[in-house]
Amino acid sequence: MNVTLSIDGKKVTVPEGTTVLEAAQQAGIFVPTLCHYEGLPPQSECRLCIVEIKGGRGLPASCTLPAKEGMEVATCSERVLEARKFLLQLLLCAHPADCKTCEKHGRCELQKLLSDYGVRDYENPMRARKQLVDKSSKAIERDLVKCVLCGRCVRMCRDVQTVGVYSFACRGLDSAVTTAFDKPIAETPCVSCGQCTIVCPTGALSEKESIDDVWTALQSGKHVVCQVAPSVRVSIGEMFGLPPGTIVTGQLVAALHRLGFAKVFDTDFGADLTIMEEGKELLEKLKEGKPLLSTSCCPAWINFVERFYPELIPQLSTTKSPQQMFGAIAKTYYAQKAGVKPEDMAVISIMPCTAKKMEAARPEMNASGAGRDVDFVLTTREAARMMMQAGIHLPSMQPEGFDEPLGEASGAGVIFGTTGGVTEAALRTASEVYAGKKLDKIEFKQVRGFDTLREATVEINGRKVKVAAVHTLGAARRILDEMKEGKAPYDFVEVMACRGGCVGGGGQPIPSREKRIEAIKARQRAIYAVDASLPVRKSHENPAIKKLYKEFLGEPGSEKSKKLLHTKLSPSKGYGV
Amino acid sequence: MTALVFRIGVGTCGLSAGAAEVRRALEETLAAEGAAKSGSTVKGVGCLGLCFAEPLVEVGGVLYGRVKPEDARLIAKAALEGEAVAAKALAKRDKCVLKGAEKVPPLSSQPFWALQFRDAFENCGVVDPKSIDDCIAAGGYEGLRKALKLKPAEVVAQVKAVGLRGRGGAGFPTAIKWELCAKAPAGEKFAICNADEGDPGAFMNRANLEGDPHKVLEGLIIAGYACGAGKGFVYVRAEKPLAAQSVKTAVEQAQAKGFLGKNILGSGFDFDVEVRLGAGAFVCGEETALIASIEGKRGMPRARPPYPAEHGLWGKPTNINNVETLAHVPNIFRRGAEWFAARGTAKSKGTKVFCMTGKISNTGAFEVPIGITLRDMVFKIGGGIPDGRKFKAAQSGGPSGGCLPESCLDLQMDYESLSEAGAIMGSGGLVILDDSTCMVDVARYFLTFTQSESCGLCTPCREGTVRMLDVINRIADGKGKASDVEELQRMGRIIRDTSLCGLGQTAPNPVLSTIRYFRAEYGEHVKGKKCPAGVCRMGAKK
Repeated sequence: MNVTLSIDGKKVTVPEGTTVLEAAQQAGIFVPTLCHYEGLPPQSECRLCIVEIKGGRGLPASCTLPAKEGMEVATCSERVLEARKFLLQLLLCAHPADCKTCEKHGRCELQKLLSDYGVRDYENPMRARKQLVDKSSKAIERDLVKCVLCGRCVRMCRDVQTVGVYSFACRGLDSAVTTAFDKPIAETPCVSCGQCTIVCPTGALSEKESIDDVWTALQSGKHVVCQVAPSVRVSIGEMFGLPPGTIVTGQLVAALHRLGFAKVFDTDFGADLTIMEEGKELLEKLKEGKPLLSTSCCPAWINFVERFYPELIPQLSTTKSPQQMFGAIAKTYYAQKAGVKPEDMAVISIMPCTAKKMEAARPEMNASGAGRDVDFVLTTREAARMMMQAGIHLPSMQPEGFDEPLGEASGAGVIFGTTGGVTEAALRTASEVYAGKKLDKIEFKQVRGFDTLREATVEINGRKVKVAAVHTLGAARRILDEMKEGKAPYDFVEVMACRGGCVGGGGQPIPSREKRIEAIKARQRAIYAVDASLPVRKSHENPAIKKLYKEFLGEPGSEKSKKLLHTKLSPSKGYGV
Repeated sequence: MTALVFRIGVGTCGLSAGAAEVRRALEETLAAEGAAKSGSTVKGVGCLGLCFAEPLVEVGGVLYGRVKPEDARLIAKAALEGEAVAAKALAKRDKCVLKGAEKVPPLSSQPFWALQFRDAFENCGVVDPKSIDDCIAAGGYEGLRKALKLKPAEVVAQVKAVGLRGRGGAGFPTAIKWELCAKAPAGEKFAICNADEGDPGAFMNRANLEGDPHKVLEGLIIAGYACGAGKGFVYVRAEKPLAAQSVKTAVEQAQAKGFLGKNILGSGFDFDVEVRLGAGAFVCGEETALIASIEGKRGMPRARPPYPAEHGLWGKPTNINNVETLAHVPNIFRRGAEWFAARGTAKSKGTKVFCMTGKISNTGAFEVPIGITLRDMVFKIGGGIPDGRKFKAAQSGGPSGGCLPESCLDLQMDYESLSEAGAIMGSGGLVILDDSTCMVDVARYFLTFTQSESCGLCTPCREGTVRMLDVINRIADGKGKASDVEELQRMGRIIRDTSLCGLGQTAPNPVLSTIRYFRAEYGEHVKGKKCPAGVCRMGAKK
């Protein structure tokens, strides 16, 4: 059933159940919001999306108001504008006026609305709002005083990720978004996915910055190399005003060279290596008749299993993530080849992810014995900021190629950047290498897309293998619970914690209001376009990988591989109780 | 010697006035006099609503007020000899078995009683709330028996016909709520009794649950039957332990008697009730916040629609009624629709309990026909203003309500009239203020309450009430600006228009209504920098 209503004089027809806010959006009217966010259940906390309904009482929030037949809605009547401006002034009453030094300066949604609505004067008594800066996490930082209590992080963490680190607490002026017992984030079950930093409209939540550390490393005289994750090449352009999904691989490599990295390598190389090892693991699990829970690529997912499903750790792939594979190989194989001692090296990652910061700091990630395999991790956002600091305008760079020998990658490595990509890459290799059957069609479109769960059944070695690709941890929880009840007979499950996989990672550029989900989808399309454009599209056909096994590792699953490329996962206690 | 029943009010109000000691004195005296042989007993009952007279003892048709333990001994000895202690008596019932009570005024002649009509409270202060048999003897569960003989839709129709309106605040027609829930797609449904009473100055729900929990429970069972619910909850504040214990005991007894459980009274209707304690947040009286709290979540409201009748507890259709609403239900069936609808106004039938506190001679909970004038409430039932002072205003409806001035004394106390006057019926709290009160200070008091009880979710309620409070504090401190009163009205209007739930939407009411009726007093604070009542400190160091 459809309903037709009029919004600011414009007739709009929408399916019954659509909210007035969504209907307005369809009519091209973007009613301002701070608490509403696509994909999160609406809560109507901020009240900025108020509208006036002819013949209605008060000014209801449009984000939770169902569109009704014949409704006459005004989104910017005098009464609405007056109230909206007052609400913005109210938000400022308890918000610090330190915009110029804020991480979100220029990208803050509150700041933009203040400017849009011409809020020039306000009282800022800055009453005793809880002051708390929490730097305990290796991935994210909180500055509570900047919190406007929009609750997006609460809903993202609780409803989408089902981790539930944040919650509203206290009443009246003391109201705050807090963790349980006010524990520092590091002492909560936070999985470091960083989705809260994406949805936070202000500077209350941000990634833990490593920019200064990287500058120091670059100027330390060490041999500093970097690796770039697949999804960064299709998103970093947004930080420089390019549309989401613009492929800037060559410019990105050139910019990183300009920043001073001795070598710019490709994490896709690590991804190809992951497939070699994980493909082998899959075959072994199939023989045992047990499912393999991939992918170790996503550290937030690994954290999630360790905290919430420790009993499933034996099912979890032991293969390291591409970042950590790369780090291990860089400080062993590459160090040997380049004639550098691992202690004189620094490996920097450019990642779409905040959880990678935590992963790199795990004590077991020390394959070379010289300390951390990956020294510092920069998110896409930080990498772009570093370029800006260095006066680099990425879109203007002349494209350059990745360096040898860890810069060569296949299309299979590239698609790791999206949900379903690891599954598809694994299927390409498992079908050919381990089942010995040349594929006619290498694209497994059943596992592509944006639905939270996509599944496919493929034949390997005459056995039907049921695979599933899932994104968001809430969806993963549903699948895991079903598997525990024996209702989901999958042989291989790929989980990516963030919406869309790494393309929607917690360290990615924050999409503009109009393109929150569309930006992630555009990046996803770009990932597949990069894959399609490459001459080599299967991990096992990557010549650099072949060479690595021949010269250094032996074969997938060898003693050396096990030592360098596999890891051990252990249960985590969450709150320590 | 005939068997006498010594009723002693042991509700929260009685106990806090010393009823426990009085009860002990009565029991000791009865024991010493060997009264057990004659069958005379002491019965702890709920509250008659006459708080001003607590501790209250009733024996042989004579009521004694403000009874001290030594009075109790005297009263008990005399009563056992068939005598009243006239000098200590408050009033007598029409049927009085004690001698020497000739000069004691009849209860029916006392204005605080004569103007009352007791329906929800009919058994409060009369029956032993701990005894289901006592309650049954007083007509308990008779309404349920009759209702279960009807089809659920007929139950709804009867409640609709008498025009019962919600007694918890807004006066929404109860039958419409029931109907919405009944018409929601079949499946699991819930019925909830809202006993989260949190207004300062309102205690009728507590008194009802303490004095006659079975009546409320009976109403809830009938509501559950009408709505098609299989499970009910009573959500009581943990701060009202006596009420919570009383209703818990009642539930157990009703289960044992077959009024709850499977196939109630052979009707085929299954219904059970669980008592849940609330941790004492004002906002949990709001139905969606209350639901969240029962679900084990933080008690915070959510936007409506969807209404609980469609999407309530655990996403299932849910009906929520206030304690007093439910307490009116049994008699609609037991005594009939005509009986119920014989009182009240055209738009609001029946009776309403008002709790009068503040500067009033007779404090207490009084059940009166809807539509009684404020003047009758204050000067007849309430006995006027003590200490020779003048009536200044009545704050109706608690922190969400408004202040009614002297010019409103002839206002009818019904939903529409109160709302037009800028107040609300609310739960029925009436705080009476005399001429020693400063209206700016009153507004400040109530706003401080709502501000600190804001759940913090929505911007206008969380931040806006604080901004209003800033301005009021400034005025009370002698630093008000000429534009402040207009600014308060502007802020109040926007907060009312934009808040998520009833708490925020009504939070500005005390300010707006005091400005409406006492603007000159604000003016004196702002322009003259003085507080006519001498309450505000006007810049003096605290």
